[in-house]
Amino acid sequence: MTNWPILSLVTFLPLLGAVLILFIRGDAVIVARNAKSMALWTSTITLVVSVFLWLDFETASSSFQFVEKSEWIPAFGISYHMGVDGISLFLVLLSTFLTPICVLASWDTIKTRVREYMIAFLVLETLMVGMFCALDLFVFYVFFEGVLIPMFLIIGVWGGPRRVYAAFKFFLYTLIGSVLMLLALVTIYFEAGTTDIPVLLRHAFDPEIQTWLWLAFFASFAVKVPMWPFHTWLPDAHVEAPTAGSVILAGVLLKMGAYGFIRFSMGMLPEASVYFTPFIYTLSVIAVIYTSLVALAQEDMKKLIAYSSVAHMGFVTIGIFAATTQSMEGAIFQMLSHGVVSGALFLCVGVVYDRIHSREITRYGGLVHRMPLYAVAFMVFTLASVGLPGTSGFVGEFLVLLGTFQVNTVVATLAATGVVLGAAYMLWLYRRVMFGQLVREDLRTIADLELREVAILAPLIVMVLWLGIYPSAFLAPMHASVATNINRYQAVVAGQTAPAAKLAALPAGTR
Amino acid sequence: MNIAEIPSLTAVIPEIVLALGSMGLLMLGVFGGDRSTGTVSWLAVALLAVVSWLVSSVTPMERLDAFSGMFRIDGFAGFMKQLALLGSALAVIMSMSFNDREGIARFEYPVLFLFATLGMMMMVSANDLIALYVGLELQSLSLYVVAAFRRDSIKSTEAGLKYFVLGALSSGLLLYGASLIYGFSGSTGFDDLAGALGGDGKAPPIGVVVGMVFVMAALAFKVSAAPFHMWTPDVYEGAPTPVTAFFAVAPKIAAVALLVRVMTGPFGPLLGEWQQVVVVISIASMLIGAFAAIWQTNIKRLMAYSSIGHIGYALVGLAAGGEVGVRGVLVYMAIYLFMNVGTFAVILSMRRRGQMVEGISDLAGLGQTDPRLAAALAIFMFSMAGIPPLAGFFGKLYVFMAAIDAGLVALAVIGVLSSVVSAFYYIRIVKVMYFDDPGPVFDRPLDPATSIILIGTGLFVLLFFVVPAPLIAGADAAAKSLFGG
Repeated sequence: MTNWPILSLVTFLPLLGAVLILFIRGDAVIVARNAKSMALWTSTITLVVSVFLWLDFETASSSFQFVEKSEWIPAFGISYHMGVDGISLFLVLLSTFLTPICVLASWDTIKTRVREYMIAFLVLETLMVGMFCALDLFVFYVFFEGVLIPMFLIIGVWGGPRRVYAAFKFFLYTLIGSVLMLLALVTIYFEAGTTDIPVLLRHAFDPEIQTWLWLAFFASFAVKVPMWPFHTWLPDAHVEAPTAGSVILAGVLLKMGAYGFIRFSMGMLPEASVYFTPFIYTLSVIAVIYTSLVALAQEDMKKLIAYSSVAHMGFVTIGIFAATTQSMEGAIFQMLSHGVVSGALFLCVGVVYDRIHSREITRYGGLVHRMPLYAVAFMVFTLASVGLPGTSGFVGEFLVLLGTFQVNTVVATLAATGVVLGAAYMLWLYRRVMFGQLVREDLRTIADLELREVAILAPLIVMVLWLGIYPSAFLAPMHASVATNINRYQAVVAGQTAPAAKLAALPAGTR
Repeated sequence: MNIAEIPSLTAVIPEIVLALGSMGLLMLGVFGGDRSTGTVSWLAVALLAVVSWLVSSVTPMERLDAFSGMFRIDGFAGFMKQLALLGSALAVIMSMSFNDREGIARFEYPVLFLFATLGMMMMVSANDLIALYVGLELQSLSLYVVAAFRRDSIKSTEAGLKYFVLGALSSGLLLYGASLIYGFSGSTGFDDLAGALGGDGKAPPIGVVVGMVFVMAALAFKVSAAPFHMWTPDVYEGAPTPVTAFFAVAPKIAAVALLVRVMTGPFGPLLGEWQQVVVVISIASMLIGAFAAIWQTNIKRLMAYSSIGHIGYALVGLAAGGEVGVRGVLVYMAIYLFMNVGTFAVILSMRRRGQMVEGISDLAGLGQTDPRLAAALAIFMFSMAGIPPLAGFFGKLYVFMAAIDAGLVALAVIGVLSSVVSAFYYIRIVKVMYFDDPGPVFDRPLDPATSIILIGTGLFVLLFFVVPAPLIAGADAAAKSLFGG
C-alpha cells in the first residue's frame, strides 16, 4: 500500500480539472475546445490513478484500505475519513471508467455552454467517487446529496424538450428521500455517539430505533435505486437528459442507492433489515416483472432502457437482501454489469439520435444494412442486458438467482421470469431497430460508427466480455468484504445479538 | 465625590464609542450637507470596524455586567454583536452606489444605520426588560425611517408607514407583557426573574406566563416569524433594495439574539410553557416560508418569504433549547447572514436602462448573459435550499441535530420536508437563470465594493465546508457562555 493519499487524489483530481477549466480564457471556440480536452485529460488521468487502487488492493483483506483520516468538525467528532473495501472499490472504478467515456460521448453533441458542461461532469465525478469512498456519515451525505446540483443542471440545461419538468422531478424526488435520511444520520450520531462508519458497523443499535432508521434510509435509497413504485422520476430523467447524463445516471447514480442499502441498511441495521426483507422482496419482484412488462410497451428507446434499468436493479435489491455471499456478490456484480451495459445502451441510442434526432423505435428499422459495426456493438450490449452466458449480465443474474434460491425459492422463481421478459423486450427492440427493410429515406444514407464512437464503445465491449468471461478478476477482491458483511449479518439473524459475538465475527483491524 | 463610585464602563465602551461616533458623523453631515454623504458612509463603515474591534477586545470569557446588571456582555453577546456589525457594515457599503444612482444619497442614511446598529447592540446585551425595550425601540425607530427613505416613492413610504404602525403595535404588546411580568414577579431584571420563576418548582404565576406570551409575540413580530409575518413581504418589497438587504440581516440577527436570551435566561425555567409555542411558531414560519413563496414573482417578496422560512429553521434550534440548540441558532444565523447579503448583492445588480427590475423572470438567461453573477446567485440559492456541500446545509444540519437531540423528531421531520418544498422555489430561480432563454442584459457590472462583497460571500458559502470548524467552535463557545455561570 502506498503512503500518498490516493483516494483523495482520485476524488479531487476531477475537481481540480474543473477549477482549471474555469480559468480558460479566449473566444468561445477556443474555450470549448480546451475545456473538452482538459476534461478528457483530467478524467483519463483520474481513471489511471484509480486503477492503481485495484492493483494495490489487498484481496484477502476485508477491512477498509487506503484509509485517510483527518479532523474536520472536531466539535462533533466528524472527521474526513476515506477508505475503500471490496464493496466500494469497483463502484469507484465504475465511476472513473464511465466519466471519460461520457466526456468523449459529448464531444460533438454538446454545442452550447461546453465549458459549464465539462465542469458539471468533473464535479459530478468528484462527488460520486467521494461518496463511495466516504467513511463518515456526514462526509457521505455531503457527497451523496451534492450530486443533485450538477445532475440537475446537466438535465436542465442540456436536456430535451421537457427537461425542466424532468430536472425538477429528479431533484425534488431525490431530495425528499435524502432529507429523511439526514435525520436518520443525525439520530445515529446521537445513538452511537460517533459518525465513523467502520465503528458504526460494529455498533448494535436498539432494534426499535432500527425500524425507524431503516425506513428513513429506505426513503432515500429506494428513490435512488429506484425501486418500484418510487421509480417514476427515472424514465423522465433518462429521456430528457443528454446521452452522457443518462449514462452517468444509469451507470453510477442508481448504484448509490444499492450501495447505501449494503453499507447502511444491511451493515448497520441488520435486525430491521431482516424484518423488512419480505417487503423488499415484494417490491423487487414487482419491479422485475412489472417494469419488464412496461418496457415491452415502450415506444421510446431511452424509456425502454430506463424501465429495463428498474428491472435490473430489482435483481440487485433481491440479491442484497437475500443475504447470502453469492447473492450479495451477484448483486454487486450486477451493479457493475448494469453500469457498463445500460450506459453502453444509452450511448448506442445516442449514436442514432445524433443522426436522426428521434428516439422513436418505429422511426427506425433495417439499420443493420447501413450500420454493420453499430449493429454488432448494439448486439453485444443487448445480449449482455439479456444475460447471455459469456457476457457480464449472465454472471450477476446467475449469482443472484443462485444465492436467492437457497433462501427463498419463490422469490428466485419469480425473479427468474424477469430474465425471460428481459430477453423478450431487448431482443424485440433489437429486431425492430436493426432488422427489417430500410424504408425511411433518411435512413438510407445513415453513416456507420465513426472513429470517436468506436473509441467510446470498444472499451465498453471489452468490459462486458471481460466481466462475463473472467468474472473472478472482479469477484475475488470483493469476496472478503462481502463474506465479512454477510457473516456479521447472519450472526444477527441467528439471534447471536450479544455484542461479544458480533465483535468476534469481525477480523481484527476492520478500519 | 469618590471616583470608585463611578460604575465601571468597560463593558459598554463599544456602545459608547458607537453612540458618540454616530453623533459626530451626524454633525459632520449637518455641516457638510449632502456632499459629505460619501465621506460619512465610509466613516460609518470605519466606525463599525472600530466598534467590532472594541467588541472583540472587551468581550470577556465569562460574563460581565454593567449598570447594575441591566447590561450584560458575554461570549454570546460578543458573537451576535459581531454578526450584527458585519451585517450593518456590508449593508452600508452596498447602499452607497445604489443611493447615488437613485438620487437618494443623503447623509442621514448611514447615520440612521449606525443608530439602528447601536440599538441592536443594546438588544443583544440587554439583561433587563427596560434595557430590552430601549434597545428595541432605538433600533425600530431608525428602521422605520430608512424603510421610507425614498420619500418620493409611494411604495417606500407605504412600507415605512406600515412597518411603523405594526411595529408600534408590537411594541405595545411587548410593554403590556413586560408590565404583566413585572406585576406578577416584582422584577424586570432577567437574573431576578430567572431566580423568582425557577426557585421552588411551583407552577409560575399565570400573569407571568401571559406576559411571557405577549413578549414572545412582540419578538416574533420583530424576527418576522409566522403568524406575525404579515408586514414582511410588503416592507421588503417597498423599501429601497439596500435597505431590504439590511432588514433581512442585521435586525433579524439582533432580534433572534434577543429572543434567545429572553427565552433561555429569565424564562429558562419555564421551558415547558414556551417550548410548544416556539415549536408552533417555528412550524408555521417554515410552512409559510415554503408554500407562500412558491407563487411569488417579485424577487424581493420571495426573499421576504424565504427569510420567514429561515427564521423558522433558526427557531427549531431555539425550540430544542439548551446549549446544542443555541449553538445551532448561532451557526444558522451566521451562515444566513452571508447567504442573504450575497443574494441581495446580486439583486442590487438587476438594473436595466437605469431602472431597477425586481421580477424573477428578469433573471432569465442570466447564466448566458452574465455567467459569474448567475453562478454566484445559483450558489446562494442551492445553499438556501440546504444542499451540501454549501454552507446553508450546515446551518440546517446543526439545528436539526439539536431538534433530534431534544427529542423533537416531529418538528425535525416537518422541517426537512418543508425544506424540500422551499427547495422548489430556490431551484426555480436557478432554472430561470440557466434553463430559460436570455432576456435583455443588465446595465453595467456592479460597483467594485459590492463586487468584492459578492465574491467574498460567494466564496464563504461555497467553501465553508472546507474549514467549518472555526465558526462552529466560536458558536459553541458563545452558546456555552450563555448558559455558563
